[in-house]
Amino acid sequence: MTRSAQTTPPHSASRQTLESAVVRFSGDSGDGMQITGGQFTLATAVAQNNLSTFPDYPAEIRAPTGTTFGVSAFQINFGSRVIKTAGDEFDVLVAMNPAALKVELSGLKVGGILIVDNGSFQERNLHRAGYAEDPLKDDSLKAYRVIEMDISSLTQDAVRDCGLSKKEALRCKNFWTLGYVYWMFDRDRQATIDWLKTKFASRSDIADANVAALNAGHALAETMETADGLQSYTVPHAPNIDPGLYRTVTGAEAMAWGLAVGAKLAALRLVFCSYPITPASPVLHTLSKMVEHDIVTFQAEDEIAAVCAAIGASTAGGVGVTSSSGPGISLKAEAIGLAVSAERPLVIINTQRAGPSTGLPTKTEQSDLLQALYGRNGECPVVVIAARSPADCFDMAIEACHIATKYQTPVMVLSDGYVSNASEPWLIPDVDVMEPFPTDLHQEGPCFDPSIRDAVTLARPWAIPGTPCLEHRIGGLEKSFETGNISYDPANHQKMTDVRAAKVGGVVRDIPDQRVGAGKDSGPLVVVGWGSTFGPISRAVSNLLDEGLAVTHVHVRHLWPLPANLGDLLSGFDRILVPEMNSGQFIKLLRDQYLFDAKGLNKVTGQPFKIRELEDAIRTHLEAVQ
Amino acid sequence: MTELTTAPKLTAKDFASDQEVRWCPGCGDYAILKAVQKTLADVEAKPENTVFVSGIGCASRFPYYMETYGFHSIHGRAPAIATGMKLANPNLDVWIISGDGDALSIGGNHFVHLVRRNVDVQFLLFNNEIYGLTKGQFSPTSRAGTRSPSSPLGCIENPISAAQLALGSGGHFIARAVDTAQKELTATLKRAHGFKGTSFVEIFQNCVVYNDGAFAGFTAKDKAADMQIHVEHGKPLLFGKDLNKGLRIKPGALALEVVTIGENGVSEADILVHNESDKMLACLLADMNEPEFPVAMGVLYCKPGHIFEVEIRKMVERETSHATCNLNDVLRQGHTWTVGDDD
Repeated sequence: MTRSAQTTPPHSASRQTLESAVVRFSGDSGDGMQITGGQFTLATAVAQNNLSTFPDYPAEIRAPTGTTFGVSAFQINFGSRVIKTAGDEFDVLVAMNPAALKVELSGLKVGGILIVDNGSFQERNLHRAGYAEDPLKDDSLKAYRVIEMDISSLTQDAVRDCGLSKKEALRCKNFWTLGYVYWMFDRDRQATIDWLKTKFASRSDIADANVAALNAGHALAETMETADGLQSYTVPHAPNIDPGLYRTVTGAEAMAWGLAVGAKLAALRLVFCSYPITPASPVLHTLSKMVEHDIVTFQAEDEIAAVCAAIGASTAGGVGVTSSSGPGISLKAEAIGLAVSAERPLVIINTQRAGPSTGLPTKTEQSDLLQALYGRNGECPVVVIAARSPADCFDMAIEACHIATKYQTPVMVLSDGYVSNASEPWLIPDVDVMEPFPTDLHQEGPCFDPSIRDAVTLARPWAIPGTPCLEHRIGGLEKSFETGNISYDPANHQKMTDVRAAKVGGVVRDIPDQRVGAGKDSGPLVVVGWGSTFGPISRAVSNLLDEGLAVTHVHVRHLWPLPANLGDLLSGFDRILVPEMNSGQFIKLLRDQYLFDAKGLNKVTGQPFKIRELEDAIRTHLEAVQ
Repeated sequence: MTELTTAPKLTAKDFASDQEVRWCPGCGDYAILKAVQKTLADVEAKPENTVFVSGIGCASRFPYYMETYGFHSIHGRAPAIATGMKLANPNLDVWIISGDGDALSIGGNHFVHLVRRNVDVQFLLFNNEIYGLTKGQFSPTSRAGTRSPSSPLGCIENPISAAQLALGSGGHFIARAVDTAQKELTATLKRAHGFKGTSFVEIFQNCVVYNDGAFAGFTAKDKAADMQIHVEHGKPLLFGKDLNKGLRIKPGALALEVVTIGENGVSEADILVHNESDKMLACLLADMNEPEFPVAMGVLYCKPGHIFEVEIRKMVERETSHATCNLNDVLRQGHTWTVGDDD
């Protein structure tokens, strides 16, 4: 926990003021930890703290009870200062069973608070978690402030009058725990109570039981505080937040809403075609609920059908979008090439996950950049952009719709499991004041001339079926630049290859110049990131800037084409450090484009960078150049 | 109104593009192209509203020769492209042109699901039982024993039955025709075009280069009458030069048998009458192979059902007409909070 200057000494009546804190809820995959974390996020947002969350759940829907691989966790970092990541080490760890303790304890700060349900520490659960001895009964936890309670039985007592079965009653223990943690951090319970009443509108007994559990946990924390001096905290409002209406948003929600708004700004129908895959499916789920906004979602029979249907939709005058994760994007590669050749708009969302092959479906990685840039047969350029945070997905999705329709080209938006599942507060934009980019559908006859290209964008006219007199044929075979008919002419193939590359390269006109995120415009070291490493890199750099170190952060959102001034900007630094959650992919692009001797910092553990890892690396590189 | 009535009626030629047709001389595709162009003229199709979508293979060059919208896509994926088109614009009149490799091998999954969803398109399968464009390898409809560059000792796989696959996938319109039988082919294509839903037409198409005569056993002039049966709804299932042979249910079995009227006490009353909406009969007809049986031609099965894109449009229209909010409202649903200027 980061204490602010005006720390008040702990005593029963007053709370210690914190600048920020990291809490991690962990338990069995059936323990409802994601819901618990989601509710804590809500209450924290309502308390006007900045926040960042990290749901970390297993690939198995319900792994065998009590096993370490079935542990599901939700981490939140919140505070009155700017929060950029879900935090490195936890200040508070909630462990609902021995397996959760086993898996998560290493992340708890020395001296941190550990809340455990000792009611679940029976021999069978200890054995399943791999404990030979009960860790609550030896000295292994002495470095922490342990609060052990029989939450299982306390919860059953709390809901005794609600008429639930024992099994149903035990399911309330996550809300009991939540109530306890709410008291610790002085969170208001009302938003959660409202949520429970809506969620279980048809089972008021379950709603009432969970509310009772929530209140009981809260009440016990209050009582216990006086008994053994448990500290309680207050995390004040974040200052300097832009005024306006806020909500929390996940990357998947922001992506889905951005696509909907993008199609609206293009004045076209959104046709979203997808095949279920972790962790990309929430985008499909969000849009499937938006039928009343004339949004069509299509759950295709496979990944290839999904991308092909999106191409068909674009050909017929819609905004065709397909969404997947790495393995699915691999399957779509040939069809993306078809859209490049046929020169039709296509938006491809890639919520990256750890690979290769099936890899780690629920863990994050940014290792599909090279696939996005080059993973197709032939000379096959597409536009590649990457979201840096959950809320940024909204803007990137709109930008993808704009570029795809304006340039008649595929655009791939890179997100990842971390960005997609994480949430952050979002100043809700007003869609009505956004600049529309209505699409210029080709309507003029008397006949179709495919050699017409927009003089600036080089985009071919979008003449959609249903338009009289403009009948023509498109496809994946090379076409004559002049007539649009099939052509095997060698010089024509060169010309068409050059035109396709020039068209995508020309998108740079619509890309803002690269700006420095933090630090000076030149100096000894620049840290260059892309995608979801934005949070940890910007926190690490700002921490070190506060210490007076000379370091700069540059975050690149447009990966192809690159911003026009990027090379010049980076050449003002003695050393370039490129942290990536892959074995070095963006660094290859930078070296290739600018011949920079950039240095990599690479990590493929399926986990985001920790701020400390980045700080250490930055210090090392600074020492090397100074 | 006057303009509409005086607009010249389009002929088959008006549906031909200016591109030189480049199939091998004598290819069955020429005959199919002619029949399709005639069909479009006969049904007074609007060129601007008509789209031909294809995958890869000899047949898939088809869209280039049609003066309509066309999309020559990638191998096997035409059904998915067509489905996307219908989702964006359900009013388009979409024809899918595919071959046995395209539809039943690399694109088998899409074929199954197009038919299952009953997307309103015409699906023409040019079945020549061989890979033509890649120079003669066996295809998923090649008969066991087929010798080809990739099966020099004879293909050991069993062929797939396209019509049975379509029926098993929940198809609502299943028909068959022979490439050169122009009159019947055109009539079948008109039925297919008139049907709302996926109308599947398997066309036996002769590949003169790599599989010449593959269908001669039932298409040769001297064989056709005895080895094909032209089924027609409400009419007895009769065939043969003298129309004296017929199909009946084999006594004591759920199977068909060929009988001759006037022999063994068989009279016309014993002959099955074709019922297009009888799926079991369609399955039995689709399963008939020469030489034991005549090959069934015409509309084997026709039973309208829910149409995918129509149901989607209905759902969208219902929901949009009851729309309770705009996109700005969606962004504001759930818990929100205001940060004031004074915070």
